Amino acid sequence: MTDWTRSTALEMAAALQSGAVSSVALTQAHLDRIAAVDGPVHAFLHIDAEGALATAAAVDADRAAGMELPLLAGVPIAVKDLVVTKGLPTTAGSRILEGWIPPYDATVITKLKAARMPILGKTNMDEFAMGSSTEHSGYGPTHNPWDLDRIPGGSGGGSAAAIAAFEAPLAIGSDTGGSIRQPAAVTATVGVKPTYGGVSRYGAIALASSLDQLGPCGRTVEDTAALHEVMGGHDPMDATSLDEPVPACLAAARDGRENGLAGVRIGVVKELGGDGYQAGVLQRFAESLDHLRVLGADIVEVSCPSFKYALAAYYLILPSEASSNLAKFDSVRFGKRVERDTIEKTMLATRAEGFGDEVKRRIILGTYALSAGYYDAYYGSAQKVRTLIQRDFAAAFEVADVLVSPTAPTTPFKLGEKLNDPLSMYLQDVATIPVNLAGIPAMSLPSGTAPEDGLPVGIQIIAPAHEDARLYRVGAALEKALVAQWGGPLASLAPELEVTP
Amino acid sequence: MSTLSRADVARLAALARIDMTDGDLDRLSGQLAAIVDAVALVAEVAAADVPATSHPIPMSNVTRPDVVRPSLTQAEVLSGAPDAEDGRFRVPRILGEEA
Repeated sequence: MTDWTRSTALEMAAALQSGAVSSVALTQAHLDRIAAVDGPVHAFLHIDAEGALATAAAVDADRAAGMELPLLAGVPIAVKDLVVTKGLPTTAGSRILEGWIPPYDATVITKLKAARMPILGKTNMDEFAMGSSTEHSGYGPTHNPWDLDRIPGGSGGGSAAAIAAFEAPLAIGSDTGGSIRQPAAVTATVGVKPTYGGVSRYGAIALASSLDQLGPCGRTVEDTAALHEVMGGHDPMDATSLDEPVPACLAAARDGRENGLAGVRIGVVKELGGDGYQAGVLQRFAESLDHLRVLGADIVEVSCPSFKYALAAYYLILPSEASSNLAKFDSVRFGKRVERDTIEKTMLATRAEGFGDEVKRRIILGTYALSAGYYDAYYGSAQKVRTLIQRDFAAAFEVADVLVSPTAPTTPFKLGEKLNDPLSMYLQDVATIPVNLAGIPAMSLPSGTAPEDGLPVGIQIIAPAHEDARLYRVGAALEKALVAQWGGPLASLAPELEVTP
Repeated sequence: MSTLSRADVARLAALARIDMTDGDLDRLSGQLAAIVDAVALVAEVAAADVPATSHPIPMSNVTRPDVVRPSLTQAEVLSGAPDAEDGRFRVPRILGEEA
């Protein structure tokens, strides 16, 4: 019997179309896999078996009736708990939203429903997407399927781990400073942060509004491309949504896989490597560059000197925006309330009890950065850094069609290792943050395992704004070469998880 | 730029409406001071003659047609509230004893 959970999403779509499998069987297989492995992995905060199976049954009935259906109809998906889902609990990983049932759907959920994809459940994350390890979830950490003692990355560790553990073929993530790409890197999966505005943020619980972007997660570049096309597009409900066609991601991926990369100029960012990067990470990155050369690409070195300010600017802009966005959790309209005799004391007590330490740290940091007397020196300078970083990227894209770097400086670290050292945790995102500050698109895909620890390493591909399709062309070409070298997709080479009968 | 003191953190927490115990302040103020010291690096560009960027992809005057559309019902809006009465959000009294 075929174990459908090991197939790609596009293989599942083809099997559904040919009648080789039903969506109910496919969805049930994933629910069974979740029941078997999610105890120790803890990728999910909420599982909606009933809703997923009802969508699957409706898809099967419509297909049997001869109705024409979207490409991914009947293929199940997991959704980061940052995205609001009508009738399904949504916590954003925070105790302050425990038990909240949203009264509306985010635009991406409306799109998943139009695409007829069964939603398996909501995935774990760092509280309000603040973190790089999922350890800041109010509901306990997610564990990396490659080694359960290690972090699955963050903030979207739940979505990445669900895919890596074959609990779902696809997932929705969100990326403010690397929260899709770094988890993808450390779990040997693929994740894309689209151009800012490429995917509607309506119904995505805001962390830092000028940096946040929802994006697709999958096990292959082509699967991720197919989901990107489902998610993308203009939305009048989001004033920052781009009014332009969805990029042709799937066609670009197929072009790259079939035709290679002759004439493509690839820039290696000098500042994103070297000191602070693990030896095995750099070794796999160098090997990927060799593959890209063989595929016909021209490799050039580019320099982005302002990147040295990126982390500092990010940890001023993000907390500033977050401190404002999180003011809405005031115990009045939704979520937790710790009742006291006045509203002000109620807010003080509710926010003290409802927020975890990392959220408190960032709210206080943001309140500080925005306070009179410090605003120009901190927030104003950080905004200037943003301009300088955009200029660095613009200069680099004069000589290169895409840029590449390692996604994360290390392989996944041990749970608890950096929990009391926030600054060292923040360094996980040193290579991904400049992309968010500039609003441009980027992908992480597996580049192998580090020889010293056998754990996954990712390579990041960066494209100019609106050129998301380039990520898929280059990513699919590189993936094909790497899979041929490994003898199969990296995710399939992960150690088997112990299964609960 | 000076580093962040324990008293600063207590004042900022009050501004952000987060109660902090002595234990919270002990734990968080050292970490916050270290973070503030690290992000102060941006001061190196304070004098740079470049415009500020607040939004990565510039857009202006984004509007939609001014037409009435369906919206959430009052009951739906109140469904997630900790407390409601007569179709409104209900909160504890807004003035303290001294008022």
